[in-house]
Amino acid sequence: MRNVIAIGLALLAAIGPIDAQAPSASRPTPAADSLLDARTREVASGLRCPVCQGESIEQSPAELAVELKGVVREQLAAGRTPEQVREYFVARYGEWILLEPRPTGFNATLYLVPPLLLLGGAVVIVVLLRRWTRAGAAQPAGASLDDELLD
Amino acid sequence: MNWKRATIALLATTPILALFAFGLTRDPREIPSPLPGRDAPAFAMAVMPPAADAPATSDTVRLAEQRGKIVVMNFYASWCLACRDEHPVLQALAPEYRDKGVEFYGVMYKDSPDALRRWIAEMGGQPYPTLVDPGARTAIDYGLYGVPETFFIGRDGRVARKHVGPVTRDVIRATLDSLLAAGGGTPEAGGGA
Repeated sequence: MRNVIAIGLALLAAIGPIDAQAPSASRPTPAADSLLDARTREVASGLRCPVCQGESIEQSPAELAVELKGVVREQLAAGRTPEQVREYFVARYGEWILLEPRPTGFNATLYLVPPLLLLGGAVVIVVLLRRWTRAGAAQPAGASLDDELLD
Repeated sequence: MNWKRATIALLATTPILALFAFGLTRDPREIPSPLPGRDAPAFAMAVMPPAADAPATSDTVRLAEQRGKIVVMNFYASWCLACRDEHPVLQALAPEYRDKGVEFYGVMYKDSPDALRRWIAEMGGQPYPTLVDPGARTAIDYGLYGVPETFFIGRDGRVARKHVGPVTRDVIRATLDSLLAAGGGTPEAGGGA
C-alpha cells in the first residue's frame, strides 16, 4: 500500500512541473484562463436562460444556455467589458434577459416600494403602540381595542 | 363597526386580486423582442448544399448584400414539431413572393445538414435555400429562444416583424403585403406575435 502511494506521489511530482511549464505562446496562461472563467461566470450568472424557468445561463445545462455562455466568454476574451456584454444581450433579448432588473424608469418602483412599505409599516406600528399604551393607561380592562382603533 | 372592517379588507385585497387577474391574462413564455424597428443584425452564413455528396459550393449569403430586398428568415430544425405545421405555408408562399422581390431563407438551428436534408425530402422539398449557422451565433444575434421563429426584414435593412411559433399564411401575407406596399422603408415598427 505504501509503495502504491509512494509511486503515486512520485508520478504526481513528475507530472506537476511539466504541466506547469506547458503553456505555449498560442494559449493563454492558466491564470488568465481562470480569470476569464471567473468573469464569464460572473456575467453569465446575471443573464436569464431563454429556454428555462428562472435560471441563469450559468446554472442551466440547456444547449442554448451553454452557447450563450460561450458568446459571453468570447466577447470578454475579445476585450469587451461586462457591461458591454450585458448591453449586447439586452439589445437582442430585451431587458428580460437581465435577472436583476435595472433600477431605472418603471423598474425603480421595484426597488423603492419595499423600503417605503417597510417604513410605512414601522410608522403604523409606532402610532398603534402609542395608542394602545395610552388606551391601556386610560381604561385598564374591558373595552375592545380593535373597535377603538377603527374609530 | 363591521362595515368599516369589511371596507378596509376590500380596499386592501381588491388591487392585489386585480393584479393577479391581470397576470393570468399574460403568457409568461412570451418575451417581447427589442428587435422590431431596429437594424437587423448582420450575418454571413453558408448555404447548406442540397445533397451530402454535392460539390462543395462557396455560396455565402450576407445580409449586407440583401439591401433593397425584403428578406424572410425562418429559423427551423428537423426535430422541431411546430416547424412541420408551418412548412407547407412557407412552401406555398415563398415562390409567389419571390416573383415580387422577397427572398426567403431557412436557417438551420441546432441540427445537422443530413438530418435536415432528410426532413426536407420528407416534407416534399423546400423552394428556398437553407443557411448553416454554426454555434447558433446568428440565432443568438437575433435573440432567438426557440424554433420556429420568423423574421421579416424590410428593404431598409430593419427588422419589420418577428413572429414566434409556426408562421401562418395570414401573418406572411399581411406583413409582406404591407412591406411591399410601403416601397422603401419599414411601414410599421413593432408587430411581433
